[in-house]
Amino acid sequence: MKELALIAVPWLAAIAAFLWSSERTRPRLLPVAGGLHAVLSLWLLADPPTLSPSAWFGFDPLARAVLPMVSLLFLVCSIYGVAYLKVRAERPNRLFVFALLVLLGCLSLALQAQHLGLLWVAAEAATLMTVPLVHFNGTARAFEASWKYLLVGGTGIALSLLGSFCLGYASLNAGGNGDLTFSALAGQFVHLPVEVAAKSGPWVIAAWVLLLAGYGTKMGLAPMHTWKPDAYGEAPGMVGALLAGGITTMAFIAVLRVKQVVDAAGGGDMTQRTLLAIGLFSMLVAALFLLGTPDFKRMLAYSSVEHMGILAVGAALGGLGVWAALFHVWTNNLTKGSLFLSAGNIRRAANARSQNEVSGMAWRSPLSARIFIAGLFAITACPPFGPFFSELLILRAAFTTGSTFTAVAFLGCLLFAFFGMTRLVFAIVDGRPRAAARATGSRFRETSGVILPPLALLGCSVWLGLATPSWLSESWSAAAKLLFPTP
Amino acid sequence: MTNTLNLFIGLAMGLNLVALASSRLPSMIRAAALQGMVLGILPLLIEHDFQWMVGLVAVGTIAVKGFVIPHLLRRALRAANIDREVKPLIGFVPSLLLGAAAAVGAVALGGALPLLPEHAGSLLVAGSFATVVAGFLLLMGRSKAISQVCGYLILENGIYLFGLLLIRSTPLLVEAGILLDLTVAVFVIGIIMDRIQKEFDTLDTNKLTSLRE
Repeated sequence: MKELALIAVPWLAAIAAFLWSSERTRPRLLPVAGGLHAVLSLWLLADPPTLSPSAWFGFDPLARAVLPMVSLLFLVCSIYGVAYLKVRAERPNRLFVFALLVLLGCLSLALQAQHLGLLWVAAEAATLMTVPLVHFNGTARAFEASWKYLLVGGTGIALSLLGSFCLGYASLNAGGNGDLTFSALAGQFVHLPVEVAAKSGPWVIAAWVLLLAGYGTKMGLAPMHTWKPDAYGEAPGMVGALLAGGITTMAFIAVLRVKQVVDAAGGGDMTQRTLLAIGLFSMLVAALFLLGTPDFKRMLAYSSVEHMGILAVGAALGGLGVWAALFHVWTNNLTKGSLFLSAGNIRRAANARSQNEVSGMAWRSPLSARIFIAGLFAITACPPFGPFFSELLILRAAFTTGSTFTAVAFLGCLLFAFFGMTRLVFAIVDGRPRAAARATGSRFRETSGVILPPLALLGCSVWLGLATPSWLSESWSAAAKLLFPTP
Repeated sequence: MTNTLNLFIGLAMGLNLVALASSRLPSMIRAAALQGMVLGILPLLIEHDFQWMVGLVAVGTIAVKGFVIPHLLRRALRAANIDREVKPLIGFVPSLLLGAAAAVGAVALGGALPLLPEHAGSLLVAGSFATVVAGFLLLMGRSKAISQVCGYLILENGIYLFGLLLIRSTPLLVEAGILLDLTVAVFVIGIIMDRIQKEFDTLDTNKLTSLRE
């Protein structure tokens, strides 16, 4: 019942937001719904319900391992959102608040979906709901970003539908009765006689390729990442945080669920090799772009591509790797959230976004600049922040599985990303504020509403790194065990 | 039965080439709409005994793909007041040749993949792959927003053809959800196109170049 409420609460709040007449008080619905959602998801985390095997959706170990993170991130972003929408009082916020709440419901549905078709429908709906969020600013650049996001995202989602059909057809060829829940699919492909496996095998391979391309586009794995810099660069900071923390997590969980089925069909070697290759390629592409980009919001997008690559590499490294990847989902997304929110503040204070126009932000917006620098060190895996520990574990998984090449390439990409990001961040923080920026007069006020949320996320990152709660690591173990029954 | 089915799928594959060869937007929209209607009839041919759910899906598909979406696109065309010429990035002859090659390749691939006994000899898989490739060619090879939407529709049509392989086994609820999502997607696309038109005074996506490294 509580798992249904996770979906119903945001959707009911969305309807209320749509009917709400006051522009000024409407944003307050966000933290109310976000708070209820967080309470429910933490309750479910502590007291997981039993799952009936044929259910189409439910709070299974994978949902339990990541959904509370999405819920927490949304809550913090929604508190930021109240302050942000007050600053942006000139823009109508009815559609924005409505779309945010529907998005939260869709994410809860997609993360809990146990059915191939339901997962696709929820993922598609979540993607569509982010479009009005990306063009909230209503500028020409925002529309350009929305258009590219729609085309690339739409094509990706179409490919994943084709892949879902291929997987369904593979199950029919293996003598299935058309039950498309993940547990039924996985159970059906195990120990097939050779002549039956020969009939379903080609379809399973086609399904994996198409689904990885489709959901990989949502995740933003290179070379399907082209929508990311545009969308993250043009969307408000809090939307960037939710795109990077919510949509990509949803897609990663979708990939893990599909991988579980394909592994059961005997494609374990193939899934590991493809995930490893695409993950390392994403890290490389991201590192190279990070060395060159002059725009600090687009920098966050390339950093997100890099971390999606890290997740894919983790997922390719067996049980320990998946555990570390789920850990990394938490540390990366909470840290990234803090970076997006503080970058949003800096962008507002500077009224510009690229290295050529922005400098001296340590004077213009001292608190946001400090949080941004701390976040930079956190995301580039400096201790004591969470990402350091999760990436260290992925590295350890690489060494224990004997893939030294992976470990070396992984470290090399991290190093380049570190160079690229520190170069840009210190260029905008240090120095003297530009004359043009000083002349604009009206200062951006760093109120507690826009400072405390990123600070809280940064605090979560430290907390996860130094004292990972046992109930969380236990939930990741349960999820890793679900994917790799024999570690 | 399979012969009638193959006739209709062949028709849909022919419409791919018509869309690839269209040099004016209205004829491309017409090709995509016709293809949608042809596909809408197929579920009725596949099911031997008439079920009301299948009938409902067929009527819904024909209404949405054949009338609602083309109507929205034509309205966008009128409102935007743009010239009707299609601006190809990949020329008409190369795209036709690629489309034809894709059709031949898809038939060969469809013959090589293992099929269930009841689908043996049908062109469903071949038609699906050929249509998906044609959709991709239109998405990448045409620069106006409306022709990209037509490409997206044709891509979705190809996926729908593949979905027909599963119509006996999967619950139609999922297909209804898919149809709904598609409709919403086109609505959203339409709204964004409208805004792009107002903002840039063009629907030529080649002009959308301010975001780049």
